[in-house]
Amino acid sequence: MTGFVERVFDNVWLAALVKVVAVFALLLVVVILLVWIERKLVADMQNRLGPMRAGPFGVLQTLADGLKLLLKESVIPRKAELGVYMAAPIMALIPAFLIFLVIPIGEPVTVGGTTITLQGMDLNVGVLYLLAMSSLAVYAIVFAGWASGSKYPLLGGVRATAQMISYEAAMGLALVPVVLFASHRLGGEVPLIGTMSLSQIVELQQGAFRGFVPGWFVFWLAPSFIIFMIAAVAEANRAPFDLVEAETELVGGFHTEYSGFRFALFFLAEYLNMFNLSAIAVTLFFGGWLGPTWPEVLPGWISALLPIVWFLAKTFVLLFVFIWLRATLPRLRYDQLMNLGWKRLIPASLAWLVLFTVVTAWRAWGAPWSS
Amino acid sequence: MTQYFQDYITVAVFAAFGVLLVLIAVGASALLRPKNPTPAKSASYECGMDPVGGGWSQTQVRFYIYGLLFLIFDVEAVFIFPWAVRLEQLGGFALVEMAIFIAILLGGLAYAVRKGVLRWES
Repeated sequence: MTGFVERVFDNVWLAALVKVVAVFALLLVVVILLVWIERKLVADMQNRLGPMRAGPFGVLQTLADGLKLLLKESVIPRKAELGVYMAAPIMALIPAFLIFLVIPIGEPVTVGGTTITLQGMDLNVGVLYLLAMSSLAVYAIVFAGWASGSKYPLLGGVRATAQMISYEAAMGLALVPVVLFASHRLGGEVPLIGTMSLSQIVELQQGAFRGFVPGWFVFWLAPSFIIFMIAAVAEANRAPFDLVEAETELVGGFHTEYSGFRFALFFLAEYLNMFNLSAIAVTLFFGGWLGPTWPEVLPGWISALLPIVWFLAKTFVLLFVFIWLRATLPRLRYDQLMNLGWKRLIPASLAWLVLFTVVTAWRAWGAPWSS
Repeated sequence: MTQYFQDYITVAVFAAFGVLLVLIAVGASALLRPKNPTPAKSASYECGMDPVGGGWSQTQVRFYIYGLLFLIFDVEAVFIFPWAVRLEQLGGFALVEMAIFIAILLGGLAYAVRKGVLRWES
């Protein structure tokens, strides 16, 4: 068994394939669960039961819905630009899968002589990769809105694009202090070279201060986290920023003309994005997979699995916040949305960046007048 | 093969696998689902009425301004990230430089706000 695992992970292509299958399986299971959890939670908050029929407590409802959508006729509008129209759902889904690839979901495992990182890959430009991939999602929406050849999708697509690029700017700026802080923390070990690698950022959050408070970055970078979370909700087009698919004004927004399985792909991409953004927030601000594993007390295989459990638990806590927001807050008006983005979040993230940089520089080099 | 290329091979394999999976699912759906288009069904959606006019319409020029502003801030992010990684090596000079850069950007944003291009009411 050990020799087999070693041989598989020594081969680059096989290792990639194994990781790919594992990540796909994880993502699909998580999304199926997430849709069910959301429906149950929102139902609970609205004093309803939610799905109850398919499986115990309706767990299998998402599977049943997926199967139904697979078998539904796909109506293609006459005026659609076929090529782009067909490509858009796929373009929405692929970046959503790709983002998750750089997120470390657990401690590196050593089998025999080979160390297997529980991460698709550890890119040294991890943070930039995240931003790049989340930018790609915008294209799918532009193309879907434009190629449908219909009024509502076009309006929804244009709105969605403006919203997403506005909040992406704020999100990118909110992540700069994280990189700065991680690089500052690393300063002692590797002199003067910083890091953008997500696995390193997680490892830098190890330890605790004041005895019991974990060394998560959120305790230093709370403003960054708040800006990131607001931008993340807008980026995932979730309530209260779900103007993209505001039923009351735009019908279905950019996916009005999509039906059957193509609609299912957009739906899947939306939930994947929500999960990805929560996972990114956990990785950057809440210590990723870090958590107590009690290796002396528990059997070996349980404490080996615990980091993954911690990671998923933290992610689902943030997902709960997403769902909670949806059940609680009314939708914003479009001008309010854009004002919040450009007149509040972006100046706030710039101001926080300047403040944080000055404090970090002060701590690294001392006050300018003391030298 | 270096670790560097190995990482990007994983990206490529993953993207290819994702496209393949989606194509298989779409293909399976195409084989299984009924296909019965009628002229009324494939008309553009317009809340049940016959669609009026073309599918495409003009959109407000404001969206274009947001696009321009976004471009500036996104390019700025490209400058800021490498700066953030190596700030402690670059020293105080880089700090002052970036402060000037951010001040210019904030000035530009303030100008756009004062000009009223970000205001939504006409």
